[in-house]
Amino acid sequence: MEVRNLICINCPMGCPLTVTLDGDEVVSVTGNTCPRGAEYGRKEVTNPTRIVTSSVVLRNAQNGAKTVSVKTASDIPKGKIFDVVKALKDVAVDAPVHIGDVIVENAAGTGVPVIATREVL
Amino acid sequence: MEKYNIVIIGGGPAGLAAASAAYDEGERSILILERDKELGGILNQCIHNGFGLHTFKEELTGPEYAKRFIDQVVEKKIEYRLNTMVMDISPERVVTAMNRTDGLFSVEAGAVILAMGCRERSRGALNIPGYRPAGIYSAGTAQRLVNMEGYMPGREVVILGSGDIGLIMARRMTLEGAKVKVVAELMPYSGGLKRNIVQCLDDYGIPLKLSHTVVDIEGRERVTGVTIAEVDSHNKPIPGTEEYYSCDTLLLSVGLLPENELSKTAGVELSRVTSGPTVNEQLETSVPGIFACGNVLHVHDLVDYVSEEAAMAGRNAAKFVRGEVPEDRSKELPIHVEGGPRYTVPCTIDPAKLPEQLTVRFRVGSVMKDRYVCLYLDGERVLRRRRQIMAPGEMEELVFKKSMFEAHPDVRDITIRVEEA
Repeated sequence: MEVRNLICINCPMGCPLTVTLDGDEVVSVTGNTCPRGAEYGRKEVTNPTRIVTSSVVLRNAQNGAKTVSVKTASDIPKGKIFDVVKALKDVAVDAPVHIGDVIVENAAGTGVPVIATREVL
Repeated sequence: MEKYNIVIIGGGPAGLAAASAAYDEGERSILILERDKELGGILNQCIHNGFGLHTFKEELTGPEYAKRFIDQVVEKKIEYRLNTMVMDISPERVVTAMNRTDGLFSVEAGAVILAMGCRERSRGALNIPGYRPAGIYSAGTAQRLVNMEGYMPGREVVILGSGDIGLIMARRMTLEGAKVKVVAELMPYSGGLKRNIVQCLDDYGIPLKLSHTVVDIEGRERVTGVTIAEVDSHNKPIPGTEEYYSCDTLLLSVGLLPENELSKTAGVELSRVTSGPTVNEQLETSVPGIFACGNVLHVHDLVDYVSEEAAMAGRNAAKFVRGEVPEDRSKELPIHVEGGPRYTVPCTIDPAKLPEQLTVRFRVGSVMKDRYVCLYLDGERVLRRRRQIMAPGEMEELVFKKSMFEAHPDVRDITIRVEEA
């Protein structure tokens, strides 16, 4: 049995998790105070993922904003973080942009779209 | 002179939530004054995720969280003025402000809600020796440049201070191609949230050096390097522990200070611990009818708690305007702290004016493990909550219930005590 101690990153509570593994199988997660914590513990030792946030160049905004903030619509494998950011490097969009607008359809082959997190008219 | 029942100073997360809650309490004469060109405050540049899990049960970015509250204010047709700088608040609640369309103007307020937020401690407050070249930024300035203006402040970065903004910027600049060499923290513990150490530093292999500080900055035109050294238990650098890091940028994430210049013009009493107003259970300051909430009151880790606190200030301001809160404040009792907490917000309570539940928030002065947080009324323990770990970087709370005080009608001493478990 392998035991791994993690800090849950789902919310700012930062619960200390203890994940017990038997080979690649997760036997138990303890220390969490909510179901998200258990899921994070399970995932973090098998397939760690993160939501990536960044901003891309914006053109023609009424209020003069030069960028619009974006995020991956769901979490992506941790190893793909830099690829996703790289895929956003030369992206430029025109205002208006609304929260949830798709900025890049399939970010770095993750199958996850990158969406706007801000409204700029 | 213009008259509004409630004037709110600041259109960030605190001001927006206060306005919305005051409206829900039945108040219609509300004015928000905001100095920036848009509502939302600092959330607009906090493009990372992790906001709103408590309030909305989903993980939002800063701009998304702000939009939820801006939408409420717009839907409720609450008035706000942008690009408007408040110059003065009088003890009689006359607010003097200026902007480019109205010039200088005054507003008579039935109640004022202070929601100005905080600002970053700067290099000048730290007495770091060395040159004063370009390339030294507060973490929040770097955040604005990268996230909103589209500029990279530098390529090789050292960060002093492990506040949350510094940690967030360590990740952000790494993702944008910079090399973040080290984060140095003066204290023996991090000033930021644990989750940010994990997802911003550990994920990217950025070292965090506790009990270290910057002892020299090199470079005449632009930063060329900094020297950091370990400090002893009195925070004095230990000779022989110096390490040199070549870099072109030094970010400072060394604490936030409530921005209370306006509060002072109104004669509001400030706490020496929080640098924010001392408030009672209504979140009312020492000046009747002037309320405070959010980071101007005490610096929060979580915007969710700011929204909650601000909503309470909004409701109470509306009740004050309607004359529903008895004016007599002579029965207010201080909340004493023992065994760890450095302060509480609120810091006084009139038991007769308590709502059904009152959340009292505080921070401890050092890292503590396996403790009980207890509430004592006249020496009798009425509440005990276990904490596995408490740290200065994480705000704590205790929920007081009206029923506890009803069982002690003549209470004279209220104490929050932290005890070993």
